[in-house]
Amino acid sequence: MNVVMLFGICAAVLVGLGLFGLIVRPHPLRKILALNVLSSGVFLLFGVIARRGTAAGLGGDPVPQAMVITGIVVAFSSTAMAVALVLRLFKESGAVTLDVAEAEPAKRDGG
Amino acid sequence: MTMDIVFDIGLVALLISIAVWSIVARDAFSAIVIFMVYGLLLSLAWVRLAAVDIALTEAAIGAGVTGMLLLNALARLRMTGSDAAPAALPLRIAAGVLCMLVSAALSALVLFPSGEPTTLAPAVMARLGESGLENPVAGVLFVFRSLDTLLEKVVLLLALLAVWSLAPDGLWGGIPGLRVFAEKKSVLVFLAQTLPPIGIMVAIYMCWVGASEPGGAFQGGAVLAAMWILVMVAGLRKVPSIDSQSVRLAMAVGPVVFLAIGIAGIFVANSFLAYPSDYAKPLIVVIEATLTLSIGVTLGLLAAGPPEKVQQP
Repeated sequence: MNVVMLFGICAAVLVGLGLFGLIVRPHPLRKILALNVLSSGVFLLFGVIARRGTAAGLGGDPVPQAMVITGIVVAFSSTAMAVALVLRLFKESGAVTLDVAEAEPAKRDGG
Repeated sequence: MTMDIVFDIGLVALLISIAVWSIVARDAFSAIVIFMVYGLLLSLAWVRLAAVDIALTEAAIGAGVTGMLLLNALARLRMTGSDAAPAALPLRIAAGVLCMLVSAALSALVLFPSGEPTTLAPAVMARLGESGLENPVAGVLFVFRSLDTLLEKVVLLLALLAVWSLAPDGLWGGIPGLRVFAEKKSVLVFLAQTLPPIGIMVAIYMCWVGASEPGGAFQGGAVLAAMWILVMVAGLRKVPSIDSQSVRLAMAVGPVVFLAIGIAGIFVANSFLAYPSDYAKPLIVVIEATLTLSIGVTLGLLAAGPPEKVQQP
């Protein structure tokens, strides 16, 4: 068991967890949060790949590392946009739900 | 070495349990606060993976600004009580099985990788010296893959435009609805008075050392954004309206300077986004400095959200 394997498994578990939250959590903000956990798992996977490519006296391959930095900023942009969509939804409908049959919420499970 | 692996196992266990907690937490407020803790722990993981540049970005953006954005949204939705119940049990079980399969497949890929690890590190180090930079990650961001970095700045601006466009038509040019907690003599106001001078110094330092040490425009910009948000939330400075000329100028200056230097590269160095060999480092420092300002302002406004009230004349 080395650092690469350990954080690789951690990244894999985080991706699964984020996906799970995305599916089972009905509240849109919770879905956005779960999506962020998912994307952090994907980034960590990139970091593990970068660490595997240790060479030339560097701790890791700088190309995937630079891509993760770009990725974090883009993920933040999409989070901000998703939040703005939720806020507009609330303004229009007065409710925060993705449930189509809002009139009869009891019949549906949401999500 | 054995101490290191014990620390790593502890960190991974903590990360996973905190991630679980933020997914299953009953109310949205605790989930977001736990998520911020998660982001800070994640930046420790990045340090362990020898990626200090990413650790700084994650701590500032992943934990700080994202959490702030979500908390602000939660306040605007006036949702404080417990969250709606999660999906029905059969769906949860099905989703759990599916997600475990995804995790297992990814773990298998990590544990039994096929082939030799590929790396571009030697290629980066071979040519990094020509740019005058010493930080390989900054080299990739501003020399080898500078088009990605430029386009990413455009993505940030487009995202902000999209956020603003989501406000009703009548509110265009209004003031973002950032919640302000202006209480005199509160800890928040005290922090907002004492922290920004230090924070701005840290941001400038990060931007400056980015050429040779971990740091750079992203990290500096994120710290700048955090300071600005702090000052706005504490009510010490007004949230600017989105048609403020100075704000728009600050947002555009980074990408415009980047693009202008990139286009000048066509004539001076024979290629778009190429730098003339003797001036590479000074040009990159100019780009990074202007980008730091632009990223700071754009991130701050993204966190402030769409305009909510019309400006009082």
